[in-house]
Amino acid sequence: MSDRKTVMSVNGTEMFSPPSNILIPTRDEGKKPVLDVRGLGIDFGGLRAVDEFTITVSPTEISGLIGPNGAGKTTVFNLLTNVYKPTRGAILLDGHPTAGKSVAQVNRMGIARTFQNIRLFDQMTVLDNVRVGMSNNTRCNFAESFLRLPGYFKAEKRSRERALELLSIFNMESEAYTLAGNLPYGAQRRLEIIRALATEPKVLLLDEPAAGMNPSETHALMESIRQIRDQFGIAIVLIEHDMNLVMGVCEGIAVLNFGKVIAKGTPDQIKNNEAVIEAYLGRQEKKEA
Amino acid sequence: MKKFLSKINRRDALTLLVLVGIFAFFFIMLQTGAASHQFKNMIIPMTYYILLAISLNLMVGVLGELSLGHAGFMSVGAYTGCFLSVMLVEHFPDLPMFVYLPVAMLCGGLMAALFGVIIGIPALRVKGDYLAIVTLAFCEIIKTVIINLDFLGGAIGFDTDKIVPDRNKALTLLPYAAFAVIVSAILIMNLVRSKHGRAIMAVRDNRIAAEACGINVNFYKVAVFGIAAFFAGVAGVLYGHNDVLLKSSTFDFNMSIEILIMVVLGGMGSNMLGSVIAAVVMTALPEILRDFSDYRMLIYSVMLIVIMLFTSAPALAGIRERLSLNFIKDAVTKRIAAAKAKKANKTKEEQK
Repeated sequence: MSDRKTVMSVNGTEMFSPPSNILIPTRDEGKKPVLDVRGLGIDFGGLRAVDEFTITVSPTEISGLIGPNGAGKTTVFNLLTNVYKPTRGAILLDGHPTAGKSVAQVNRMGIARTFQNIRLFDQMTVLDNVRVGMSNNTRCNFAESFLRLPGYFKAEKRSRERALELLSIFNMESEAYTLAGNLPYGAQRRLEIIRALATEPKVLLLDEPAAGMNPSETHALMESIRQIRDQFGIAIVLIEHDMNLVMGVCEGIAVLNFGKVIAKGTPDQIKNNEAVIEAYLGRQEKKEA
Repeated sequence: MKKFLSKINRRDALTLLVLVGIFAFFFIMLQTGAASHQFKNMIIPMTYYILLAISLNLMVGVLGELSLGHAGFMSVGAYTGCFLSVMLVEHFPDLPMFVYLPVAMLCGGLMAALFGVIIGIPALRVKGDYLAIVTLAFCEIIKTVIINLDFLGGAIGFDTDKIVPDRNKALTLLPYAAFAVIVSAILIMNLVRSKHGRAIMAVRDNRIAAEACGINVNFYKVAVFGIAAFFAGVAGVLYGHNDVLLKSSTFDFNMSIEILIMVVLGGMGSNMLGSVIAAVVMTALPEILRDFSDYRMLIYSVMLIVIMLFTSAPALAGIRERLSLNFIKDAVTKRIAAAKAKKANKTKEEQK
């Protein structure tokens, strides 16, 4: 692992909890983190679902968020996309706070996501699903749409070509005119990723992208995730239970348990971390009958 | 021509063709005098019901929000447009119809759209059955308010005798009605096949995912309320110019339900052809059944049940399949899909 080294990420203010020292790939050295989350927390009634969640993600990093069931991983994603309003802490995207923005506005700022339980537009074609993702990057006002002015045709043509281009990442062009609801499960997951990419994000959040995929599909997915990072130059944060995928593709990993980060580091560090092993497997000494 | 055809959706083209066909048929029937008195009286109602069904389909089928207030929007349009027309005709007695009717349609539509937006904003907080009740209540409020406005005729009704053509009513109104319906249908179908239409359907299919794709869900909901109300308003103006008396009690929730039946029967969704056909059939049916006098409503209701069962009961899927000639459709869609895929591959190769 010679291409990585530990760097203290430098942040201006110390108002929030101190920035974490996390691993930054050498290619991102000296760049400001694209996502800077400080002391994020949310309470549901008396339950602290997420607490003191601090993480920085550099511009082209692939990082993983793992943890046992119910640890609060998806809640973190919902906080990052402003589906939930955080009780504490702040999220900075490229230095801009996302507080007070709507879900749609956060997407426009540059955070796109996929869902654990697939949420496609089932009654629309695969192509149109991708084009919905491109809505905010397609210039075509109401008058042009109603009257089919030249701008409409230009926008439609451009969006169709771009959507097919995006679909080609996963070799899905031939499915372009199938209804999204009729796609097989794995293809639906891939389509969700493409749709999220179509919004031209800076950070892509993948919620269990490999769920329900077989080993060879998972392997192909790993390749695609790297390809997406290289081709689009974006940061990817993924939640996943498939450790082969997480250890294989992530450069930095944060482990969550009971809403708190219990460990951060490279895949090797995480594998050997006692707190992580305890969270997943339980403590060895305390075998009370 | 081929280039032009490739630019419009095939289903939309068919819908337009059917619309033009229907109006041509009406026109020929009227011109040749082949139309019976009963048929003559049905023509204009058919056209405004087509418009109402299409616009409600935009709301129910494309946006996916159940609205029972369409008659309310229609009455706003009808009263605004007719009031304006009567004013114009009173002040300029020589004003020809081709001036005041389009002006009335536009103004009636705009006023209805305004009401659509006004009701759309509070309606953002509710959905499904609750939204249906909110829109239903709105419809009743409009009705009651109009009854209490003396300058709109109050409970007696608003006298539109001045603006309704005396002779050949159907033939005089038909060009305007046909123009309004065809233009409206084109506008609505254009919208549905655009970026905005896709955004609206995305809201219908999965609100949460639509938001996550950066779509302003609230904006599109209010916009669709406004747009659908606009076209309902235009239909209302047509209604007002066809009937010598506007009574606000006509625009009650029964009428909203009638329009909803057309939309549901014709098939909800981005294809407007079903709504058009259902509107024509459902307007004609009660008139045709007049021969059965006392049993008219009974037969009408039974037919509704039968049609509904036939079109959507899961148990009858096999019969539908056999009767619908779907295998032809399937073959055609397969060929289209194959051609499109081939084209996509070709462009990809060219790019390489």
